[in-house]
Amino acid sequence: MIRIENVSLSHQATPILHNISLTIPKGGVTALVGPNGAGKSSLLSLVARLQPLQTGAISIDGLPVDTTSNRTLAKIAAILRQDSVVASRLRVRELVGFGRFPHNRGRLNETDRAIIEQSLDQFDLADLAGRFVDTLSGGQRQRALVAMAFCQGTDYLLLDEPLNNLDMYYARDLMRSLRQVADENGKTVVIVLHDINMAGAYADRIVAMKGGRVIADGAPTEMLTTPVLQDVFGFAMQVATINGKPIVLHHL
Amino acid sequence: MANNRIAILAALSVLSVIAFLTIGLRGNIGFVLELRAIKLVALLQVGVSIAVSTVIFQTVTGNRIVTPSIMGLDALYLFGQMALVFALGGLGYSALNPQIKFAGEVLVLMALACALLLPMLRSRLDMGLMLLAGVVFGVLFRSLHSLLARLIDPNEFAVVQGASFANFNAVRTDLLAFASVLTVAALILAWRARHVLDVVSLGSDTATGLGITWSRTVAGLLVLVSALVAVSTALVGPVAFFGLLVVALAERIVNTRRHAVLLPAAALTGIVILVGGQTLFQHWLGSSSTLGVVIEFFGGIAFLLLLLMRSRT
Ligand SMILES: Nc1ncnc2c1ncn2[C@@H]1O[C@H](COP(=O)(O)OP(=O)(O)O)[C@@H](O)[C@H]1O
Ligand SMILES: [Mg+2]
Repeated sequence: MIRIENVSLSHQATPILHNISLTIPKGGVTALVGPNGAGKSSLLSLVARLQPLQTGAISIDGLPVDTTSNRTLAKIAAILRQDSVVASRLRVRELVGFGRFPHNRGRLNETDRAIIEQSLDQFDLADLAGRFVDTLSGGQRQRALVAMAFCQGTDYLLLDEPLNNLDMYYARDLMRSLRQVADENGKTVVIVLHDINMAGAYADRIVAMKGGRVIADGAPTEMLTTPVLQDVFGFAMQVATINGKPIVLHHL
Repeated sequence: MANNRIAILAALSVLSVIAFLTIGLRGNIGFVLELRAIKLVALLQVGVSIAVSTVIFQTVTGNRIVTPSIMGLDALYLFGQMALVFALGGLGYSALNPQIKFAGEVLVLMALACALLLPMLRSRLDMGLMLLAGVVFGVLFRSLHSLLARLIDPNEFAVVQGASFANFNAVRTDLLAFASVLTVAALILAWRARHVLDVVSLGSDTATGLGITWSRTVAGLLVLVSALVAVSTALVGPVAFFGLLVVALAERIVNTRRHAVLLPAAALTGIVILVGGQTLFQHWLGSSSTLGVVIEFFGGIAFLLLLLMRSRT
């Protein structure tokens, strides 16, 4: 369980998050949605201890993120940042293999190798495994970064806009993989999404943020309604129903 | 492939060492060999220290154009050295055993480097800012160094002045014993940190996500770099572009940034250039004192090339 209690954040004097409290139970897919600048990335990076907590408390499986050792947390939660750049000249297999670092401190054993190959296969990277990451397309690189997060083998996956740069095929593919690990392996996925229909189709729960606050929170059928979406995104959009599922016509 | 190339580099290093020791042996062979062996130990340390400290520093800063010397760490060392003479000169500091003084200087450099660089390394600076900061540090500490030098009376000034210019020919052999211990210890630690270095090269966010405690790890690595910079600067004086040249070459030879490969490759490349170059210059290419100039010349060209390549992409 991820427990976020009364968390506020400000940069210099600018407030960014206002007293957020949110509990995400273990297992399932939670989508975080909201307009640009709502504070989704800031909240996720606090959960993933990428920036220090200013006020409030966050714990994962009962371990407070600000006092638990980084090494322990890295075995529990994996984070994919929105704007990950791969600074180093690395091959795809090496990059994905870094996901095993929290477990083996860099010394790969047979289990690690098997997990790496499995992640490469799962994200269709086997053919690219020997390529340098800086020679890949944006979407291929994004898949490699997601594979690295998967490789970490943590119970919690925190993914900030992982669908960036992915084409329709791989975007759907990734969402299905996430659904699968949540259903079959009991993983907890927290994912920032801009495609509200992806959130509707694959998430168990949608949390909407705006202006540094959580302004709506519920199951997809409760969230994908014209009034709620207008509150969050600031314009009225039609919601159709196809096969009993709400589909948002946000592009019209 | 990388392993073959390391084997070739190792073979070249051994050849350089043998050539350095044996070519043109004349007269009292035992005596000459002993002299050469002492100098060899110093050159090996300098080559390896500069190479390894440069690799680590580039990894920590995420920047392949900066080196400890471009960031002014050697100037900082000389400043620390001068500051110690200035502060403690009246207390008979200058008369102390040189190895003890050296130990003090190393500690001062470690403290200064952490105090100055850690705040900058909390997050990654872009290359332009980093280089600018380096130029400012370099100028600042060189000026402070000469300011202190002027304030100190001429006798004490002479104590440190000798060490302010790189000279591969005049090595401070009196520091060799302590320097060797320090170098070996630092190299062992660097080798043990090779996997951590790989993760650090991914940047602070990714490294933190993988369980690295960024500020503590970076502080430890800076202390390591400081020790190695202190060794090379104390033994031969400041060297501006040698590290850049060695690491750029090594990275091209092994074509990877993985530290298990790059660290030994850079160390061996440093040995080949320094010991091999010294042998060449001593026996065939005129005076051995020109080696420093030639290395800096090619290192400077490497710096400009890297800068051009970077600004084009
Ligand atoms: N390092 C920073 N310094 C100052 N303001 C920041 C910083 N990071 C984010 N912000 C501000 O915080 C707000 C929330 O940003 P972010 O969490 O990235 O939003 P989202 O991911 O929801 O688009 C934005 O207004 C942004 O400008
Ligand atoms: Mg964001």
